[in-house]
Amino acid sequence: MFGASDLRKGLKVEIDGDPWVITDFDFCKPGKGTALYRCKMKNMITGNTMDRTYRPGDKLGKPDLLEREVYYSYTDGEFYVFSDAETYEEYRVSAESLGDKVYFLLEDSQCSILFFNDQPVDITLPTFIEKEITETEPGARGDTATNVTKPAKLDNGYEIHVPLFINQGDVVKIDTRTGEYSERVSKA
Amino acid sequence: MNDKYQNLLIRSKVIKAVRDFFHQENFIEIETPVMISAPAPEEYIEAVTAHDNKFLRTSPELQMKELLCADQGKNFRNIFQIGSCFRAHEHGRKHREEFTMLEWYQVGADYFTLMKVIQKMVQHIAKNLFDKTTIQYQGQVIDLTNDWDFISVVDAFEKYANCDVFDALKNNDFDYLMIDKIEPKLGSYTPSFLYDYPASCASLSRLKKNDKRFAERFELYIAGVELANGFSELTDYEEQRKRFAKAMKFRESKSMNRYPEATKFLNALRDLTLPESAGCALGLDRLIMIFTDQNDIINVIHQ
Repeated sequence: MFGASDLRKGLKVEIDGDPWVITDFDFCKPGKGTALYRCKMKNMITGNTMDRTYRPGDKLGKPDLLEREVYYSYTDGEFYVFSDAETYEEYRVSAESLGDKVYFLLEDSQCSILFFNDQPVDITLPTFIEKEITETEPGARGDTATNVTKPAKLDNGYEIHVPLFINQGDVVKIDTRTGEYSERVSKA
Repeated sequence: MNDKYQNLLIRSKVIKAVRDFFHQENFIEIETPVMISAPAPEEYIEAVTAHDNKFLRTSPELQMKELLCADQGKNFRNIFQIGSCFRAHEHGRKHREEFTMLEWYQVGADYFTLMKVIQKMVQHIAKNLFDKTTIQYQGQVIDLTNDWDFISVVDAFEKYANCDVFDALKNNDFDYLMIDKIEPKLGSYTPSFLYDYPASCASLSRLKKNDKRFAERFELYIAGVELANGFSELTDYEEQRKRFAKAMKFRESKSMNRYPEATKFLNALRDLTLPESAGCALGLDRLIMIFTDQNDIINVIHQ
């Protein structure tokens, strides 16, 4: 357990069964009064944020969290299998919990998995990956504007918005945090 | 020059302006010991322990009042002091364990006199250093010229926390609501005086003659920042002794540091008597934060 006076920026705590990280912290105290601890926090699974003020004597749980370096191996369609960089142990993560991240998994790419109570709750992919555009309307030659976009598809079916000058067969860089186009790497 | 050193230059000027102001108002600057044998027992303030069971002062209050007792209003009618005070375990954006306090006492005055003096002092600094009648702090513009805002603690709880202050005390919610709901609303357009604290928050202040539920105590807020705490002084020895004993008991129940009894101060109250007076303590670092538009105390001190 953490006591209120243990709270600080960056500390990870457990509230109502979820892991939360304190993103901003301040010690507050009326001159003649008791100390209070004002926190902004972010849910490590859902990304939700909230403000909470804690009093002395308040107790917060210590979440059972562990982060492991892993490599992505393969998928059987339902589960995605990662192998531990140190122990080679295999971890199976459901497609459902990966969400859109399944589209950005490249074989042997190094990722990290956050475990909460031995369950994988979050995965961090390499920030940028390169993928080929397999389907899009023909590019408008000479149009270098990046603020006008058109839909395009990756080989795995993921739909992404790209600038007009991108052609089928071009390789582009994608930001895995947002799932958005970043820049063109090479032309078809 | 980087911002930090710019802030330290302003710090020096603010402190000079404060001194000039108090001298101009015929105050005498005094110094009292920083290392003391018995801090005032307070429920939520913990002193830093020095060697041989001595302590670093949490405020110069007892020693300054001892001087008033000894002088009986002859030479030291208006006194002020600027110096370091220490409070264990207090660190945050507006707190440091070591900080600089401005504290002053006025014989024959009450808490409303103190409020007038602060108003005049803050206006003096703004005018003389910055040639301004407003303060810009963290995006808020605070007008120093108009009538400053006065709100009683009862009204503030009604207005901002939607509850009765005595219920809040009963439920142990007073400080929580103060920090969470009330303070952020105080001093937004003009500085605010929050006044008439419930008797249980009297500290070393005297109760109102016509309504003993309240103490003649106030705090000053600018842009939600608590800057000063002042009150009409409690001069009654018996009452003071009882309050200290109660606070000591509370401290014991919370396993806080044990202090020796503040005998010298209590004896001065009993044997010499404290002239009718009022005193105020103002966090100088915070005042400098306000004038330099800084939201972290660390940016206005050299360490």
